[in-house]
Amino acid sequence: MKITEKDVAYVAGLARLALSPDELTDLTGKMDAMLGYVDKLNQLNTDGIVPTAHAVPMANAFRDDQVVASIGAAAALANAPLGVEDYFQVPRVIE
Amino acid sequence: MKTRYETVIGLEVHVQLTTATKIFCGCSTAFGQSPNSQTCPVCLGLPGALPVLNREVVNAAIKTGLATNCRIAPYSIFARKNYFYPDLPKGYQISQFELPICEHGWLDISGEEFDPKRVGITRIHMEEDAGKLLHGASAGSLVDLNRACTPLLEVVSEPDMRSAAEAIAYLKQLHQIVVYLGVCDGNLEEGSFRCDANVSVRPVGQVELGTRAELKNLNSFRFIKQAIDFEVERQIELIEEGGKVVQETRLFDPDAGVTRSMRGKEQAHDYRYFPDPDLLPLEVSQDWIDEVRAALPELPGQKRQRYEEDLGLPAYDAAVLAAERPVAEYFEALVAQHNHPKLCSNWVMGEVLAAVKEHDVTIASCPVTPALLAGILKRIEDNTISGKIAKTVFSAIWQSGKSADEVIAEKGLKQVSDSGALDALIDEVIAANPTEVTEYLGGKEKLMGFFVGQVMKASKGKANPGLVNKLLKERLQQKT
Amino acid sequence: MSVPQLTISDLAKQLQEQKTTAMAVTRQSIERINSTDGQLNAFVTRCDDAAFKEAAAADVQLRAGSAGPLTGIPLGLKDIFSTKGVRTTCGSKILDNYVPVYDATVVERLRKQGAVIIGKLNMDEFAMGSSNETSSAGVCRNPWDRNHVPGGSSGGSAVAVAAGQVAAALGTDTGGSIRQPAAHCGVVGLKPTYGRVSRYGVIAYASSLDQVGPITRNVEDCALLLAAIAGYDPRDSTSVDRPVPDYQASLNEGVAGKKIGLPREYFIDGLDPEVKRAVDAAMEVYRGLGAELVPVSLPHTDYSVACYYLIATAEASSNLARYDGVRFGVRHAGAGGLIDMYQQTRSAGFGDEVKRRIMLGTYALSSGYYDAYYLKAQKVRTLIRQDFTRVFAQVDLLLTPVAPTAAFKIGEKTDDPLQMYLSDIFTIPANLAGTCAMSIPCGFDAAGLPIGLQLIGKPFGEGEMLQAARAFEQATDWHTRQPSL
Ligand SMILES: [Mg+2]
Ligand SMILES: [Zn+2]
Repeated sequence: MKITEKDVAYVAGLARLALSPDELTDLTGKMDAMLGYVDKLNQLNTDGIVPTAHAVPMANAFRDDQVVASIGAAAALANAPLGVEDYFQVPRVIE
Repeated sequence: MKTRYETVIGLEVHVQLTTATKIFCGCSTAFGQSPNSQTCPVCLGLPGALPVLNREVVNAAIKTGLATNCRIAPYSIFARKNYFYPDLPKGYQISQFELPICEHGWLDISGEEFDPKRVGITRIHMEEDAGKLLHGASAGSLVDLNRACTPLLEVVSEPDMRSAAEAIAYLKQLHQIVVYLGVCDGNLEEGSFRCDANVSVRPVGQVELGTRAELKNLNSFRFIKQAIDFEVERQIELIEEGGKVVQETRLFDPDAGVTRSMRGKEQAHDYRYFPDPDLLPLEVSQDWIDEVRAALPELPGQKRQRYEEDLGLPAYDAAVLAAERPVAEYFEALVAQHNHPKLCSNWVMGEVLAAVKEHDVTIASCPVTPALLAGILKRIEDNTISGKIAKTVFSAIWQSGKSADEVIAEKGLKQVSDSGALDALIDEVIAANPTEVTEYLGGKEKLMGFFVGQVMKASKGKANPGLVNKLLKERLQQKT
Repeated sequence: MSVPQLTISDLAKQLQEQKTTAMAVTRQSIERINSTDGQLNAFVTRCDDAAFKEAAAADVQLRAGSAGPLTGIPLGLKDIFSTKGVRTTCGSKILDNYVPVYDATVVERLRKQGAVIIGKLNMDEFAMGSSNETSSAGVCRNPWDRNHVPGGSSGGSAVAVAAGQVAAALGTDTGGSIRQPAAHCGVVGLKPTYGRVSRYGVIAYASSLDQVGPITRNVEDCALLLAAIAGYDPRDSTSVDRPVPDYQASLNEGVAGKKIGLPREYFIDGLDPEVKRAVDAAMEVYRGLGAELVPVSLPHTDYSVACYYLIATAEASSNLARYDGVRFGVRHAGAGGLIDMYQQTRSAGFGDEVKRRIMLGTYALSSGYYDAYYLKAQKVRTLIRQDFTRVFAQVDLLLTPVAPTAAFKIGEKTDDPLQMYLSDIFTIPANLAGTCAMSIPCGFDAAGLPIGLQLIGKPFGEGEMLQAARAFEQATDWHTRQPSL
């Protein structure tokens, strides 16, 4: 096994997914199969190879520091599951 | 007990930049607008929206890097820092991780409580700010994303500071620099200059660092000092009692003056940084760096040195005048028109700053401009007015905006240097104070000041004090 | 002739000659959808009213003589494009009620050119799938055999074009999501070079791989629609500031003297014999047209699927973090406060395949695994890119199958994600290398299902690739066949 249910539960926590015990078991099996498959990359020696983050090598895309009209609070809140006045509302955050 | 331990402090400062727009979208960064009014698909993190880097943010980062002696990276990249929080719209913060724009800088600090030293700056990187959460009376928390995506520079120091005093000196200098550069408004209360402190202690002589606590919610220099002092004492006590410091984030409570653990309220940190595929690498050429360097203003440290060495000002004057850029600019404009630095310094530090404070205006909008003040100083030095009358002239100019010569002429403030006119006044004063005259003649020479004062008063301040002195002496001499 | 038989260029001609009107064409398109979509389920959201308004405006332009080639043409959009005022679900329950407040750049461009947007098309949830079976709007069916998948993730787009519901459609391609459904539905689909078309407003799956492209009935339309959407967009930092060539002007230049590479790694054991036969026949067509066919090798091909599934899922895990129930989408509030709200919202809102990919990607980036998985995959990506660079120094184009088999049966691969992933083996490398590639119809299997031929071009070599596709199309009639509905 490359990955355990405990690992999968930890990753689910990071990804903010709640998994039922069945889902956890099923996912662990499927992730294990996938990780077993991707292991084939280790057949390749990649020492000194520069990683590719962008397929088309480019640099420096900028905007000018010019204000563009905002969309306004009404549009910002248009799809909000819960809004109070012009705020988004979420369950109380304890700090 | 305390002396057996050494305090180690490293600081992370978030400097909010004064660009007109956010770092990755065209929304305005103006402070204090109605909630969520300054938002767009990009800073709301709407599906499909993409970031585009504000060039001015890069300029501000290069400026700040140069001013703090950093190496500017020819190649740097943006990374995503992944975590969930309601003030973070995309579920990740765009920041820089592995390859930041500035590295390996330093600041020299000095103060009364410690020997001068150099504090290393590990890195400066660009990132976006989060929005704001409000915890009001309602059941939930409220989210305002106006601040989301505003540009920040995060300045990370080496753990080189050994006391709260050193930390404050470093912070004040960094603060002065970013405000001078014009990249930050420096407002601590509004959160434009935010500091987190990593504090640890270790037995003197131990090389490896102790376990550190990260202190947050430090929004004034005073709180920073209080929080560090409290934390150092807490950690030493803990160790002395056989306990162990745990690595954690602690919030400073300014009302109680203590730091409190946030443990249990935060998730394990596993930010899964990776290069942001939506943004291209940033390449800064030497030409670009040179261009920014050429446009850098003279920094406070350089000014202080120049004021002392070239203008011959005392260290104290130099420090006060250089501390804030608008004051320095006023002073330098004044010296340019009236090349008598010490007199200029006295006036700026005295009358000008006092009046500015009293009227609650900025020195840049002071109605007595450097040119008008130079007009006053000229009339002091050519004896047209006394230093005292000059203050009256200054007030009058503040009100009217007229020139010194106009005010002097209109109000008849020209110094009386005509001995004929003064003789009469002197005679009056001598006649009116026979007892003092007798005492003076009896050897109480200190009374000369009294006579001068009386004559000045009678002249409504306009008499030339030097001349009055001379004439009085002669006249009293004649009495013997 | 009605919309089902007509291409963009035919329709444009009829419209400009005032033989028909945009209103009439729009009505025909909508009627066709009404009569066929019950069996196909290509449309997720219809915008009939808006379409008629747009058609009326197009007619004004047509009458004024100020119309362009897309004025009044009925088009469909994969439901991944942000469309102002039109529900955009991306095939997910989590966006079931989401009505964007802005248009994607490509949508803006199509609108500006007078196109009539008929509706939003079915797709695999968040473009994650090769069969269109993971959509919250339900399975979409292959018009050639409704028991078979249309391919994915742009299944609805390929189906709508193949079934004559719209003249053409836009899809997106991250690992083959335009080319594979185009192949399975017998239409033309093109994935442009990364950076050729703006991604602004396109709901992200894997940002370094996603590209927008046309799905059309023939190559000429493909060139026309690509020209309409291609070009630099200052709102997408990864879009390339480089002029768009006149694809149509060079379309008929043929392939005589061109060197077409046949990568040996694409002709493997798992290749269905009928697919192989059709592709072999296509090679003969090219030989007959004067092209030189050259055996070449892309040695890292076998690593592409592994490389792709690490990079794509890692990027996806981050891209899909914004679906948190705070600013848009469907929230499921838990009793346990903020974290519970996040977990309930995301667990209820995402389907199984999306969850699997988020999990795999999160794992690949997590502390201690980044170097072994994500970074390793990025380095292998470099090797795969270098394969293409080397080969394109020898040949002008590559010719390969699009998929190892024709469209498989609905439900056939849903229990074995890895088998599903492996079916993308021929399309994924072009995404990893960032280069352009397209699918054109090249035959049918014994069951009457279409087979696609893939051409892979040099980076920004869309023009040359389209020429070769056009030459093939003129020499064959596969593209004229239509499913009976
Ligand atoms: Mg930071
Ligand atoms: Zn914005």
